[in-house]
Amino acid sequence: MKRSELAFWWLLVLPLVLLSLWGLDEDATLFLKTTLNGLTLAALYFIVASGFTLVFGLMRNVNLAHGSLFLIGAYVGWIVGEYTGSWLLAVLAGFIAAAIIGVLIQIIVFRRMQGEDLRQTLVTIGLSIVLADLMLWYFGGEIYTFDPPAWIYGTTSLPIIEKFPTYRLIVLCISIVIGLGLWTVLTRTRIGMMIRAGVDDRGMLSASGVNVQRIFALTFALGAGLAGLAGVVGGTALSISPGEDTRYLLASLVVVIVGGMGSVPGAAIGALLIGLAEQFGQAYAPTYSVVFTFVIMIIALAFRPRGVLGKAI
Amino acid sequence: MSAAQWRRAMNTQLPRAQVSVVTQAPDRSATSFPGYIPTQDLFNQNKSWLSRAWSIIRIRHSLVLLGLFIYPLIASPFFTYQIAAQSMALGLIALSLTFLGGYGGMVSLSQMTVAGVSGYLIAIFGTSSMTAISLGWPWWLAVIFSILIAIVFATLVGWLSIRTEGIHTIMITLAIGVAFFYLTQQNYVLFNGFQGFSKIGAPTVGDVDFKDPNAFYFLSVGCALLSYWSVKYLVRAPFGMALQGIRDNPRRMNSLGFNITAHRLAAHAFAGLLASVGGILLIWYNNRISPGSINTGALINILVIAVLGGMKHPIGAFIGAITFVLLQNFAIDLVDRQRFNLVIGSVFLLIVFFSPDGLLGLWQKLRVRWASSGRDERIQGSRRA
Amino acid sequence: MQLSKRTLTRTVISAAILAATTGFAFAEGTLKVGLLSILEGPFAVPGQDGIRGAELALKQKGGTAGGMKIQLISGSSDGNPDKAVAATRKLVEQDKVQVMIGPLSGDEGIAVKNYAKTQAGITFINGSSGAQAATLNDPSTNFFRFNTEGAQWMVGLGDHALSKGYKKMFLIAEDYGFPYSQVQGFMASYCAKGGKVLDKAWVPLGTKDYASVIAKIPKDVDALLVVLGGSDAVNFLTQYEQAGGTKPMVGGSITVDQTVLNYKGKRRESLVGTASAGPMADSLDTAEWKKFVADYKANFKDGFPSPSLFAYLYYINTKAALDGLDAVKGDLSGGQKKYREALQKTKFVGPAGEVVIDANRNGVGPTYITEVTKAADGSLFNKVVKTVPNITQTLGLPEAEFKKMGLGTRDIPDCRK
Repeated sequence: MKRSELAFWWLLVLPLVLLSLWGLDEDATLFLKTTLNGLTLAALYFIVASGFTLVFGLMRNVNLAHGSLFLIGAYVGWIVGEYTGSWLLAVLAGFIAAAIIGVLIQIIVFRRMQGEDLRQTLVTIGLSIVLADLMLWYFGGEIYTFDPPAWIYGTTSLPIIEKFPTYRLIVLCISIVIGLGLWTVLTRTRIGMMIRAGVDDRGMLSASGVNVQRIFALTFALGAGLAGLAGVVGGTALSISPGEDTRYLLASLVVVIVGGMGSVPGAAIGALLIGLAEQFGQAYAPTYSVVFTFVIMIIALAFRPRGVLGKAI
Repeated sequence: MSAAQWRRAMNTQLPRAQVSVVTQAPDRSATSFPGYIPTQDLFNQNKSWLSRAWSIIRIRHSLVLLGLFIYPLIASPFFTYQIAAQSMALGLIALSLTFLGGYGGMVSLSQMTVAGVSGYLIAIFGTSSMTAISLGWPWWLAVIFSILIAIVFATLVGWLSIRTEGIHTIMITLAIGVAFFYLTQQNYVLFNGFQGFSKIGAPTVGDVDFKDPNAFYFLSVGCALLSYWSVKYLVRAPFGMALQGIRDNPRRMNSLGFNITAHRLAAHAFAGLLASVGGILLIWYNNRISPGSINTGALINILVIAVLGGMKHPIGAFIGAITFVLLQNFAIDLVDRQRFNLVIGSVFLLIVFFSPDGLLGLWQKLRVRWASSGRDERIQGSRRA
Repeated sequence: MQLSKRTLTRTVISAAILAATTGFAFAEGTLKVGLLSILEGPFAVPGQDGIRGAELALKQKGGTAGGMKIQLISGSSDGNPDKAVAATRKLVEQDKVQVMIGPLSGDEGIAVKNYAKTQAGITFINGSSGAQAATLNDPSTNFFRFNTEGAQWMVGLGDHALSKGYKKMFLIAEDYGFPYSQVQGFMASYCAKGGKVLDKAWVPLGTKDYASVIAKIPKDVDALLVVLGGSDAVNFLTQYEQAGGTKPMVGGSITVDQTVLNYKGKRRESLVGTASAGPMADSLDTAEWKKFVADYKANFKDGFPSPSLFAYLYYINTKAALDGLDAVKGDLSGGQKKYREALQKTKFVGPAGEVVIDANRNGVGPTYITEVTKAADGSLFNKVVKTVPNITQTLGLPEAEFKKMGLGTRDIPDCRK
């Protein structure tokens, strides 16, 4: 690392370290609780954003209907959960429903407009407006909550912090599993190799006898399915209502911009930054906490337009 | 020069007398070739600007101007104010987006934010219901300062976003817009939070009270016409040509010696000027401003308006605005008002899917179809003759 | 100059559009009354119930008032003051209504009141908006509010909280106008009688994650004052329970209403005993309320099991408007002067108590203190434990003291120590 870059990192990290020490000294319980809250919120954001970065980074497909996929997965998962009484089935149903709709979107929309970034953006924006209103029509404006098993939904006792919601720790574990799983699939399996090859050189991959369309459809299904899964998981933590789609879409956008497009580790870093910033903002400076997220994004862009781990396209 | 003019020029035979008489050369020169128009005359540069303007104006222009003039005389005050004036204001903001996106290649979702900045500044500098915050400056001072500061803001946003392209630009400008929305919602010292400012009216200049529907209509139509003409002029001036070149191939323009960054920043500043004027008209129209005027939905609405009309030509912004405002006001009479978003979303989706150039693109396709059927007839006719 | 076919077609089409958009004449005969509610977005469902309340009032009068047939023309907003004013403008200037009823939410009410000042010839009657400023700050002589507002709805709850032993409380509320009014109503008597609100956590609108706020709750509070709307309330309660919280709660007027008590998910047993206050309660025992509920159920098969707050508020405002028309026999001449005088004198016994207005054209009425109770069938409902009558906008304080306090904001009133 160059000396100037090193200096920059020290300039950034030192105040944070000092502030953290002050926070610990002032009220250790609050500080640790906020840190853990931030980590768990980051976990949720990571699950949503990983699907988005997968689709955009690898396939250069701009899918601004990602938030709607989140909400569709949540609602379908809720219906299945009510019907069968099982939360795990709800999670699975959310994943599958969003994946199916994702593949449909890929076939109908993205295949025709490969390369036309702006047009994809506009069509998916229109799609998200229409889907959001359809869901509002069908499900109404009330909020829906899930009914997970009692052992997930209780309280755990931790040192110093005393009581912490068990469910948030579960979300943290789920996201770590998903992150590792994605990374393994992409870097260690044949399918992952094919996906990465297809992005670099479609023609060559097709010439080697691989059905490129099927691979891309699979990738899109995976990305969309992750959004649906996040819908059920997030909906259990924070309930579902109209407007959640825009909120999580904006969150994924910010996470992916800060972390870098197309990079799963980048999404993790971005999610960590944003999740921690949001929670610390809410705990220590609640009035402007919502603005912090975007200010971080603006600062990140000013110094690293490609994101922290972004690759030059 | 538009494509239609070029075609017309190429397909009509000019009388010999119009050929430049600079040379008395014999007929063997290229100037004797029928249909040849010397370069000078192509742009009519040896004529005065008045005769140039006269040759550009067509019937349709005069009809439209006449229509705009007599509209308030035949329309009710509601239509003049709520439909027409509002469309002009929204159209102005959408025009800034069309300019940036269609001619500059940078689709920015923060044009409504720039409009919001100028609107809030008018409220802060001028008079409003919040006497604790408003400074009470005279209206012209407030207008000048708010436009200037809004242009600076637009340039800053441009500086941040020109490092990106395509979808990145959209996302960044959207995020900046949302950040500003949250700032105005949470800050009570300067922006008065959720309630915003009210009782901000158009001023009274001399004898004319611009709060009157007809006066405000003429004000907004005047601003809209001025901006439309200035955009049309600018895109054919060297700056606009360079901007379009940068849109098409920045690397080549760079190697030709153009300063890409400066051009793009200037484009953002000009778009900021347009959007801030639109924002001032909008706040005078609404008599109020609050964070709800610049939330995510409002930002996306401007994009919808611009795309609906068509981003290839400045008039598209106003066509889109009129369509949008009509739908917004009369959807409740036609369709269940609750499903307004569904209606506007589906219309938007269909247009973007099938006609990426919006309503203007549809119109062009229809024109081509009529023109080609007309040409076939003429060919048939001339063959028979 | 050749008039090509293209120009001709274009002229014809534009002339047609022009003709269509210049507005058409309306037939005379009935009295048009505008009705504005939130019919878009997440609040469309309560907004629809408001419309039901207004329609019920009209139905009870047989569709006529003051000797004329009444035509209700509805307008829609989405909670945004700008949209509310635009919809009102359309109803007043395009549809030419003579009387305007609405809007639904607090900040919309302030915007519509400001618009009313520019339309001196039209009478504006509130729908359900409950912001203090609509009648306290710069009132308009043609804006009438027959219901009590947000601050009035919480008067008396402070005393009740003290009687339950809650001497120190912590506030969690949304950061906008309506909760400010509600908190002022609560704290006006709570602080005066010795209660302490240790700190206030104003969360930005739309917050879903209350983890940090919950982490900041001091250990030595007796109870929490929670003034959040429907969905936010559910989120908060769920997360609070999960974080191991056990403190009792006192809720605002919309924090423990029917939608929260019976939301689609696990029932919250921990809510039993939560106190709240409002201008009405589902379990009122009076004959008028029972008749209102029966009428509502009979007329609206697609409505809620019991009329909501919005149905009730729109009902009393519409009934007052129609009663006023009856009193002047439909005479809206002379700038509606006689009509407005009649409105000022209008008084009747509504489903939840007497409906009358003060000199500022704001309602004076009772507030019901309720507690969440479990019914025989296991469902939760709000049981009335106390009625506080005749609350005015000075919230039970002497007028001079109230004027000194001013309207509720983030920091007013304050009683930390």
